[in-house]
Amino acid sequence: MKRLGATAVVIAIVRRDLRLALRRKSEMLMTLFFFVIVASLFALGIGAEPALLRKIAPGALWVGALLASMLSLNRMFAQDYADGTLEQMALSPEPLALLAVAKVFAHWLVSGLPLVLIAPVLGLQFDLDEPTLGVLVLSLLLGTPLLSLIGAIGAALTLGVRGGGLLVSLLTLPLYIPALIFGAGAVEAHVAGLGAGGNLSLLAALLVLAAFFSPLATTAALRIALE
Amino acid sequence: MLNATGLSCVRGERELFAGLDFSLAPGSWLQVTGDNGAGKTSLLRLLVGLSEPAAGEIRWNGTPIRELGDEYRGKLLYLGHQTPVKEDLSARENLQISAALKGYELAASGAEAALAEMGLTGRADSPVRTLSQGQKRRVALAQLLHSGEPLWVLDEPFVALDNEAVAKVIKIISKHLAGGGVAVLTSHQEAGLPAASKQMLQIGR
Repeated sequence: MKRLGATAVVIAIVRRDLRLALRRKSEMLMTLFFFVIVASLFALGIGAEPALLRKIAPGALWVGALLASMLSLNRMFAQDYADGTLEQMALSPEPLALLAVAKVFAHWLVSGLPLVLIAPVLGLQFDLDEPTLGVLVLSLLLGTPLLSLIGAIGAALTLGVRGGGLLVSLLTLPLYIPALIFGAGAVEAHVAGLGAGGNLSLLAALLVLAAFFSPLATTAALRIALE
Repeated sequence: MLNATGLSCVRGERELFAGLDFSLAPGSWLQVTGDNGAGKTSLLRLLVGLSEPAAGEIRWNGTPIRELGDEYRGKLLYLGHQTPVKEDLSARENLQISAALKGYELAASGAEAALAEMGLTGRADSPVRTLSQGQKRRVALAQLLHSGEPLWVLDEPFVALDNEAVAKVIKIISKHLAGGGVAVLTSHQEAGLPAASKQMLQIGR
């Protein structure tokens, strides 16, 4: 039988999760619509005042994306935990941390990337110009994987806990604050003419940091949940 | 091949068992018996390394399994009391992904052949959610057919299976043992497996 390398196993897991998401489109669309609705509510609530809309746009859009990506968090491992496939992943000869990275990446593709793609359309509601929309997309492109990585720790910690859905929000929302500050800050700085570079660099640094530490913490939490 | 010495397991405040010893040579198998809640599943989870024993040690070919880590996980196949299949995937996809998790590639034709052998001819493409409980178990058990792992740890492998499937699984396990593998299973059914190489382990009083 042909042996698979670690990369091939990671790809197999990502493909499995994408396939599962495509067969349950409603869950994927729910996150997206939540983002659309929250962002639109802000725009509708403020009314037709372009200057004010432009001012709150970065914060409102980022908070919307943050809440939307949180909605799907407790689904990251819950299904695998319930049907016993998480156990099988823990018993794979490949390191569990690697498989956790695959899960997080698949989760981002399903619930993070769509937010990035729809963000410019929502930005139009706030009267943002094209370069600002570009910065918004860039900040979300760096920020949403960060949210998924941080969220994975919370999702793994609350596995099998009753009322885990609410708990995971309480655990991860405070940890989302740096992402929110630098993400929204990048857009604000660009609007103010200061350039978004500094904030985006910090966001990228946080992403690198999380990409290293989050799989370790997630794996430890998963092993505790399985014990 | 697989040795355990002085194993004990504590769940919460309660000690489930203590001082368990056994040793399995190639080709032999262990039947774990005990009342409900005696700790059969807990013992199996210790053996595969999903949880740590409160005391005692498990060795694979003389090396503690904790030190072997990923290498040991590549040597074992565990089927818990849950049926580890994805309801929204087809039987074939499930079989392929479980093979990938074990680190080898299973061609579509190979998966279909295995499913056919488990009596699921023509069901390879149906989503597992449309199958009955027993058929789902058959999908999960089909991975035994192409498993190269020398250690099989099976929690109630015959549950929900009809007589024909039980006979089939017994045949597969017998073949595995004849090839020098070892198996640990909990089963209330007196299995029709080779009696000569059988060891019994009674948990609880």
